[in-house]
Amino acid sequence: MNVVVILWPPLIAAALAVIPSRRRWWQPGVTLLSCLLVLVLTVRLAWRIAAGASVTAGLGPGWSNWVMVDGLSALILLLIALVATTAAIFSVGYMEHGERTPRRLRLYYANYNLFVFSMLAIPLLAEPTLVWIVVELTTLCSALLVSFENTHEALEAAWKYVVLSLMGAGFALFGFLLLFAAMHAGGAGPYTWTGLIAAAPTMPPLVAQTAFLVILIGLGTKVGLVPMHTWLPDAHSQAPSPVCALLSGIETTTILYVILRLMPVMQGIPGAHAATWALVLGLTSVGTAALLLLQVTDYKRLFAFSTVEHMGIILTAVGLGTSASYGAMQQIVTHSVTKSFCFFAAGATLLAVGTRQIGSVRGLIRRAPAAGAALLLAGLAITGAPPLAVFLSEFAILRAGLLQRQYLATGLLALFIVIAFFGVMLHVNRMVFGTAAGAEAAEDPPEETAGPFRLPFSCALALLLAAIPVIVLGVYIPAPLDELLKQAAAALSR
Amino acid sequence: MMATTTMQPLLENLNALAAGLFLLTAFGMVAMRQARACLHLFIAQSLLLAASAALLALRFHSAHLFGVALVNVITKPVIVPWLLRRTAPAEIYTRREIDQVLNVPTALAIALALAIGAYFLGIPLVQALPPEYRGPNVPIGIAGLFLGAFTLTVRREALPLLLGLLAMENGAFLAGISVARDLPVLVELAIATDGLIIVFIVGVLVRAVAQHAGTTAVGELASLKEAAAEAEAK
Repeated sequence: MNVVVILWPPLIAAALAVIPSRRRWWQPGVTLLSCLLVLVLTVRLAWRIAAGASVTAGLGPGWSNWVMVDGLSALILLLIALVATTAAIFSVGYMEHGERTPRRLRLYYANYNLFVFSMLAIPLLAEPTLVWIVVELTTLCSALLVSFENTHEALEAAWKYVVLSLMGAGFALFGFLLLFAAMHAGGAGPYTWTGLIAAAPTMPPLVAQTAFLVILIGLGTKVGLVPMHTWLPDAHSQAPSPVCALLSGIETTTILYVILRLMPVMQGIPGAHAATWALVLGLTSVGTAALLLLQVTDYKRLFAFSTVEHMGIILTAVGLGTSASYGAMQQIVTHSVTKSFCFFAAGATLLAVGTRQIGSVRGLIRRAPAAGAALLLAGLAITGAPPLAVFLSEFAILRAGLLQRQYLATGLLALFIVIAFFGVMLHVNRMVFGTAAGAEAAEDPPEETAGPFRLPFSCALALLLAAIPVIVLGVYIPAPLDELLKQAAAALSR
Repeated sequence: MMATTTMQPLLENLNALAAGLFLLTAFGMVAMRQARACLHLFIAQSLLLAASAALLALRFHSAHLFGVALVNVITKPVIVPWLLRRTAPAEIYTRREIDQVLNVPTALAIALALAIGAYFLGIPLVQALPPEYRGPNVPIGIAGLFLGAFTLTVRREALPLLLGLLAMENGAFLAGISVARDLPVLVELAIATDGLIIVFIVGVLVRAVAQHAGTTAVGELASLKEAAAEAEAK
């Protein structure tokens, strides 16, 4: 079976979602069905790859220059499918709230499926310029999702998102064309990720280095690396919560994957220092985001800044060298599952209290116990509190860093992670357990007047499903996943 | 379409002319205050890109570069304005920027510095590549890229901003047609389509902004800052 089949369900679902239907379940239904189908297909694919099978070997020569799936791509595909599915479940209940015309809902679900399609195409494609095009498509398909709420802030966020991402993409295009030139200067071969690795020693070093830096800056803008991160907290906080889960949980990672693809290429070029660049840019991102976390006033922005921090952690891990590669891959997985859970928790909180201001939310655990508990777990999980998934991966990265004798970088990374922990928990703790200022508390006895807040069933289900990997991956990594992580880590070096 | 050896210097000189004029249009887009004039400059720029592609196609006997030229001639001067008419409010054409982030002479001075920087960045790159890739395209393409990015930072009106984005792509392509001549046609077509999707999405966004805020000066949207959020909370 051709792996490209994975791309069909979201495309078909996008077309079906446009059809006007009086049944309210039609759009969420087809979206959910498509996401589940993609999930089944990717799990099957990942399973076969973990078992050592080559899934693209059976394809004809016409395909091999365009499509490639290895451990790294399978891992990313799996995460996209997982987050897309839970976010689709969360969407069902979340989008029922508020005044939304059927037309807006059609727009939402059609764009949602197109967005998932564009993300799935990135790890499947092997030709860098085609990958660049689908990276552009992710921006364009998600732009109208970011502006979906149609408020002044949402439009501004979408505008910044589009302009800065596309500006970065312009540079990245130049980088990819330059890379093509560098490859052909040393003798032709198919312009694919594997072709690039093979051709690396024959490339003119200066051209390849310039191309790498230009791509790092260009795509780094879309990953949200400091100092190109300015749009990210806006876009990732203004979009509807399920979309935030997609944007923060998986889109950033998918774009980072494209940068990671270039790491083994650069290792073949003398004096490229790709690892050093990754380390410097990564640590800058972690540090800046950790400090900015302390002063946010909007809890969705809090989690958005945490995405910048985590992208930095992954890039730092990649920069630390081969022994940290496994940790980096593990961090990609744990961040995706945890961050999507965070935004579901934030979405549930928003439904319960109707405001995004941290200062206006106090004692959430009493007003909306489910949302409060979820938010607390989210805060603990994303900052790497011990028995949870992120702890394990951050620990693996720090240990690898120490083993590599990179004491300064590892020390800084640990320090920033601790700062981020306090930054996030300070806010979350106040929101969940804090008591409102005297007067307000007296006139606001929530249980009696408003009745306890009830979370929509699908939102609760999504929270529950998303919490499973957050907790399980903290204590146990299944053998096939471990094998997949090893293969993915191996793809980061020559 | 075979070019004789005597024609080759002529083709190269004509290509240099097209590239030089391309750079001029990039400067114009930084400085022009009238939105419609920016569109005209962008169309001229795209046609010059197409001309450069056609000349290089003759020079290197590349049918594929003719394709690039053709795609550019069809999409940018024809489909882009048509799409803009369909999606964005007509207002974007008539706008004039009164207060710019930088005044025109300062903006042009910075643009000049960027172009010189692009030259010094581009020359070593070209020299590292085989001789058939040499020519003015790479440095001028980089300059186009930089000036497009610079346009994005100094302009506030929707149309010049959108055109700045597309001009960046033009710049990348001007460099690309000289160094990445054998890019598959599928890729070229996909990139052209992508440019049109950009116009469509940005057009829709601008319309939403115009309906909401009553202006197409999207660059002036600036409420999303930590400080602003704090002030709101208090």
